[in-house]
Amino acid sequence: MGIIRTDKLVFEYIRRDEEGNVEGITRAVDEVDLNVKQGDFVAILGHNGSGKSTLAKHINAILYPTEGTVWVDGMDTKDEKDLWNIRQEAGMVFQNPDNQIIGQVVEEDVGFGPENMGVPTEEIWERVEESLKAVGMYKYRKYSPNKLSGGQKQRVSIAGVIAMHPKCIILDEPTAMLDPNGRKEVVRAVRGLNDVEGITVVLITHYMEEIIHADRVFVMDKGRIAMQGTPREIFSQVEKLKELRLDVPQVTLLAYELQKSGIDLPDGILTVEELTRALLTVQS
Amino acid sequence: MSIILDHVNYVYGGDTTLAVQALKDVNLVIPDGQFIGLIGHTGSGKSTLVQHLNGLIKPTGGSIYFNGEDIHEQDYDKKKLRSKVGLVFQYPEHQLFEIDVFTDVCFGPKNLGLSKQETELRAYAALKQVGLEDDYFYQSPFDLSGGQKRRVAIAGVLAMKPDVLVLDEPTAGLDPKGRDEILDQIAKLKEETGITVILVSHSMEDVAKYVERIIVMNQGSVMFDDTPGEVFKHYRELEEVGLAAPQVTYIMQALYKNGMPVKTDVTTIEEAKQEILRTFGK
Repeated sequence: MGIIRTDKLVFEYIRRDEEGNVEGITRAVDEVDLNVKQGDFVAILGHNGSGKSTLAKHINAILYPTEGTVWVDGMDTKDEKDLWNIRQEAGMVFQNPDNQIIGQVVEEDVGFGPENMGVPTEEIWERVEESLKAVGMYKYRKYSPNKLSGGQKQRVSIAGVIAMHPKCIILDEPTAMLDPNGRKEVVRAVRGLNDVEGITVVLITHYMEEIIHADRVFVMDKGRIAMQGTPREIFSQVEKLKELRLDVPQVTLLAYELQKSGIDLPDGILTVEELTRALLTVQS
Repeated sequence: MSIILDHVNYVYGGDTTLAVQALKDVNLVIPDGQFIGLIGHTGSGKSTLVQHLNGLIKPTGGSIYFNGEDIHEQDYDKKKLRSKVGLVFQYPEHQLFEIDVFTDVCFGPKNLGLSKQETELRAYAALKQVGLEDDYFYQSPFDLSGGQKRRVAIAGVLAMKPDVLVLDEPTAGLDPKGRDEILDQIAKLKEETGITVILVSHSMEDVAKYVERIIVMNQGSVMFDDTPGEVFKHYRELEEVGLAAPQVTYIMQALYKNGMPVKTDVTTIEEAKQEILRTFGK
C-alpha cells in the first residue's frame, strides 16, 4: 500500500444563504482514487476550482471525507487517535509564506514544530540545523524572517515542515507569489528533499515548467481525476490540457506548433535541450 | 500628456537607524497609450514605484509630473489624480465588500460625486470591458470564482475612467487559462480605449507576449528600459538579479550556439516558430 491512498474519496460542502438556510450542495471532490508510493514526486494540476486544494487538505486531515477513505501511511484520517501522527507524517506548505512564519528568528520558527511535538531541546537544534541545510537556508538561521525574500521565506516554511520529520510533504501552490528566482529556489529545494532525503512530495501548481521532473502527474477537473500519467504523457496532449484551462511549458508548446507546421519532432518534448537536439537531428 | 518621474528618490524610515533606500534616482517618461511591463525581483522597488504614480507615497527627493503638473504642489487635486491613475493592487478581490457585483463597481464613481445615472452607466461599461456576463451583476461578489472576482475588482478601477491603469500582478494565483483571459481582456481594452497600461509581473512569458516596453527594477534603480527583444538579450544579467528570460529566449540561444542561424532576440512562441520555420526554408 502506498504512503498516501484514497478510496472513492468524496467531499461535499453545503452552501448556505445569509440566514443559514441550505442553498445547495457542492461536490468539490468526486470519487477520487489516488495511490502515491513512498518516495514518489507527484504533481497535481487543475484549474481554479477543480478541487485540487480540497483534495490536498484531506492528506493531512485538515478536511475529512464526506464519503470514502483516506489513508496516510496506513492510518485512516478519520481516526481521531492518529490525528497528530498524521499531521506529523504529512506536512503541508501553503501559498503565502507570510501566513506560515511565526518566529522572530528563522531558527526559532523552524524549531516550533518539533518543540510542539515534545522533542528534547538538544534534538530540536539538531533538527533545525539539518532542515535549514536541506533547503539551503542555514546561513540565514539568525535572520529575522521579514528580512528575507519570498523564495527564502518559503524555504524556511518548508524547513519548518521537514523539522517534524515527515514522510511526505504537500505543497499547495508554494511558488504562486514568488519571482522567477524564488520559484527556482523553491523547486530546487523540493526536488532535493525528494531525491536526497527520499521524502514523498505532492506538489500543486499552476506553473507547468515546475513539474517536468515529477514521477507522476494527476490532472483534476470538476473534482475528478481527468488525466494521469508521466509528465511526457500528459504534456503530449496539448489540446486536451487547454480544454481543461491548463497549459504546457513554452518549449513543449513551441515543439507542438512546429510539429503542426510540418517539422518532424517527437511528442511531448519537455526541456530546451530535448528540443535543441530534436531540431538539430531534423536539420541534418 | 504623460507621467514624468524626475530624479525620484524614496527612503523608508529615514529618521531611524533602519533607513532603507527603496528608490534611487529614478527617471522615467511614461507617454500616453503605452503598454509597459514592470519587472524586478521581490523587494526591487516595483511596488514602491507604482505607489508614487498616483501620489500614495510622496518621494523623499525629486518630482513627479502628471500631464505637466507637479503632483505634490500644494494646491494639486490628488483626488482627481487618483481617478486618472488607477491602481489595481495584488489580490484586489480581497477588497471587494459590497452586497452585489454592480454596487461594488459603483463605489468608485459614486465617490467621485457623479450622478446616479452616470455612476451606473460607468459601472455597466466597466463590467462589460472586463468581460463579465450580465448574469453575475446582482450576485454577491463572494460567490464568484477567483478569476471573476478579480475582473470585478479591475472593473471597480476602470469605472473611474482612468487614463493610466497600473496592475500589480493581476494574474497571481490564477490558472493558465484565467491568466490568458485577464491579459487578453486588458490588451483588448488598451487597443479599444488607448489607455496606458503598466503591468507589474513575475511572469517573463506574459510580459514578453503583451507589452511593448519593459522597465526592469533592481535595488531601487532602473536597470533596463527597452523593448522586450532588447531587454531579454541581457538574460544573463537578468538572472543575476533574480529574474530570467522567457523560455523561448533560452531555446533560441541554445539553437544558435549549436549552429542554427536563428535570431536570438525573439521573445514569444509565435516569433520563435516563424524564426525556426524560416531556417528550415518553410
